[in-house]
Amino acid sequence: MIRDQEIFNQLRDTIRRFVNERLIPAEDRVVEDNAVPAEILREMREMGLYGMTVPEEYGGLGLTTEEEAYIIMEMGRASPAFRSKIGTNNGIGSQGIVIDGTPEQKARFLPKVAAGEYVASFALTEPDAGSDAASIRTTAILDGDEYVVNGTKRYITNAADASIFTLMARTDPSNKGAGGVSAFIVEKNSPGLTVGKPNRKMGQAGANVYDVIFEDCRVPAANLIGGVPGQGFKTAMKTLDRGRLHISALCVGVSQRLVEESVRYAIDRKQFGQAIAEFQLIQAMLADSRTESYAAQCMVLDAARNYDAGNRNVGDIAACKYFASEMVGRVADRAVQIHGGAGYMSEYAVERFYRDVRIFRIYEGTSQIQQLLIARNLIKEFRA
Amino acid sequence: MKILVPVKRVIDYNVKARVKADKTGVDLANVKMSMNPFDEIAVEEAIRKKEAGQAEEIIAVSIGPAQAQETLRTALAMGADRAILIQTDDIVEPLAVAKLLKAVVDAEQPGLVILGKQAIDDDSNQTGQMLAALLGWPQGTFASIVKVVGDGIEVTREVDGGLETVALTLPAIVTTDLRLNEPRYASLPNIMKAKKKQLDVKTAADYGVDISPRLKTLKVEEPAKRAGGIKVKTIEELVDKLKNEAGVI
Ligand SMILES: Cc1cc2nc3c(=O)[nH]c(=O)nc-3n(C[C@H](O)[C@H](O)[C@H](O)COP(=O)(O)OP(=O)(O)OC[C@H]3O[C@@H](n4cnc5c(N)ncnc54)[C@H](O)[C@@H]3O)c2cc1C
Ligand SMILES: Cc1cc2nc3c(=O)[nH]c(=O)nc-3n(C[C@H](O)[C@H](O)[C@H](O)COP(=O)(O)OP(=O)(O)OC[C@H]3O[C@@H](n4cnc5c(N)ncnc54)[C@H](O)[C@@H]3O)c2cc1C
Repeated sequence: MIRDQEIFNQLRDTIRRFVNERLIPAEDRVVEDNAVPAEILREMREMGLYGMTVPEEYGGLGLTTEEEAYIIMEMGRASPAFRSKIGTNNGIGSQGIVIDGTPEQKARFLPKVAAGEYVASFALTEPDAGSDAASIRTTAILDGDEYVVNGTKRYITNAADASIFTLMARTDPSNKGAGGVSAFIVEKNSPGLTVGKPNRKMGQAGANVYDVIFEDCRVPAANLIGGVPGQGFKTAMKTLDRGRLHISALCVGVSQRLVEESVRYAIDRKQFGQAIAEFQLIQAMLADSRTESYAAQCMVLDAARNYDAGNRNVGDIAACKYFASEMVGRVADRAVQIHGGAGYMSEYAVERFYRDVRIFRIYEGTSQIQQLLIARNLIKEFRA
Repeated sequence: MKILVPVKRVIDYNVKARVKADKTGVDLANVKMSMNPFDEIAVEEAIRKKEAGQAEEIIAVSIGPAQAQETLRTALAMGADRAILIQTDDIVEPLAVAKLLKAVVDAEQPGLVILGKQAIDDDSNQTGQMLAALLGWPQGTFASIVKVVGDGIEVTREVDGGLETVALTLPAIVTTDLRLNEPRYASLPNIMKAKKKQLDVKTAADYGVDISPRLKTLKVEEPAKRAGGIKVKTIEELVDKLKNEAGVI
């Protein structure tokens, strides 16, 4: 749903301009420094990019899912590292509070998240619990009016910058399944919380992931999201539904950039006395990439509109994430191919994007997990 | 002090302009339009003066078609307080714009009018100067620094071969050059709030100004296509060509 088309066009134009004038020119520097420049982070903060999905009453923009999809497609045209810096605040890091938080929790944390004063991270994955998220071992045991947290979280995006973590931990050790898990808001300065060194990784230099270690870390019971234990897994899954649409939109945006880079190169590059864009085998690759990119765009927008209308079909959302993330992998591969030897060289953006997009098939549910969700949802529908 | 900032809706600076087949003008059908970049600098300067406590209110004014409301909304989103659109679908020449602006100035009584030094569509570079003449106000054109000093302003001007600083009494006219400042991106919350700010729509007749054209465009043509360059082997060859072929040294 677009609330006001005229205002929205202006939002989108502003983001597009910011992406073209500021983000794309800074891409190489982000790789060299393995960091997004501080002045760009400041500009993103001033523009309100950290609080796009936080409701307006808490100082955010309250973007609908469709609006968010369009905006993230625009951001996807720049290196995904930029999006990652604001990604957790708008997605998995804050949505647990937005969706299931108590009024006090919302009032306490969301204004700071919206202003970008707080970076919010999401801590679910553990060394021994990835796809099988319900099997997490981190515990949170009630002691007076505090929970005592012990465990290790892995690959946590933006952990070093975070002021708060949305943490999933087991409050009921006797319940080994999803029902034993609760969600908490944990503040960075809580005693017993340490953030490890950034992991070395394949792509998206500048956007880092870390281990987060909890050793007898004390968290006020007032920070239990929603105030009722045992609801944390549900909160995490609801958060991930919208998060998956966000990632799908991002994949579409990146694929659009890759198509642009491919077409430009094909028009410029001459072999056999003509632009390689004249060769039908190159045209076939361009056509396949554009077609798939467009298909994913339509899927994401359709699912986003349904989401806004209250029709949250888990299977369709998973289908978007599955198709869009696999699609951008193929589009990146073709982009490298169209660039020939240059596509293997770091001076060309496509080499970097080729590595950057690999993660989209893995986090917020691997492609295999999306397939399971799509099929289970179908089977459930037909059995019912 | 009130600051008046005129803003013009022009072809976006990223768009490659194309001349209409009948050579009567530039083809604007389905072309992206934006605020004139020099006017953005003017809006930014006004906001900085307000942020520094040197101005109380910023009024953005545009003369153009209904869509120029979008341009005004951009100014409001950046930080202008209210806006006036003098709506017309006609081509309005610099003199007519200056007369309309004079009428707005008479009604609003600003202490400072900050304009772009020129619009990137017709590159006239006349409106600010004409407005100063019509009002009998001092002007500081091509400004790269505007400082409020006591009751007046000091304007550093970018002139050929250097800088000139002039002191003006207020009220005054300033036209902006490229290096005056770097305009901000409107923040997303302010874009949403801009919709609620006051925007009055008027006509030229409301101000009793005759905007009928005084100029006639004979034809508009694309610049000649540049022929490819050549590579020279030695400095001597370069100097020789510059002297004898190009005749520039
Ligand atoms: C860059 C990056 C950022 C991340 N950011 C965060 C974050 O901010 N917060 C957070 O909590 N987590 C984060 N993660 C973790 C991410 O969500 C997990 O890596 C992901 O869910 C996969 O879990 P895993 O790595 O343990 O793989 P595993 O679950 O061990 O999967 C290994 C393989 O087995 C397959 N598999 C697993 N189960 C099944 C099954 N039932 N059927 C078929 N195949 C199956 C998977 O599809 C995969 O191919 C991040 C990871 C990365 C790499
Ligand atoms: C790591 C690396 C090591 C290398 N080592 C060596 C080396 O040791 N020695 C050496 O000489 N070279 C070497 N090369 C160069 C390599 O052989 C070339 O990069 C390769 O032949 C492709 O040429 P190109 O890069 O100019 O791409 P291009 O020829 O410009 O190709 C660009 C795209 O156009 C397509 N294309 C071109 N012509 C046609 C056509 N007629 N019809 C359809 N599609 C077409 C290509 O398939 C490709 O997709 C190396 C390259 C790399 C990246």
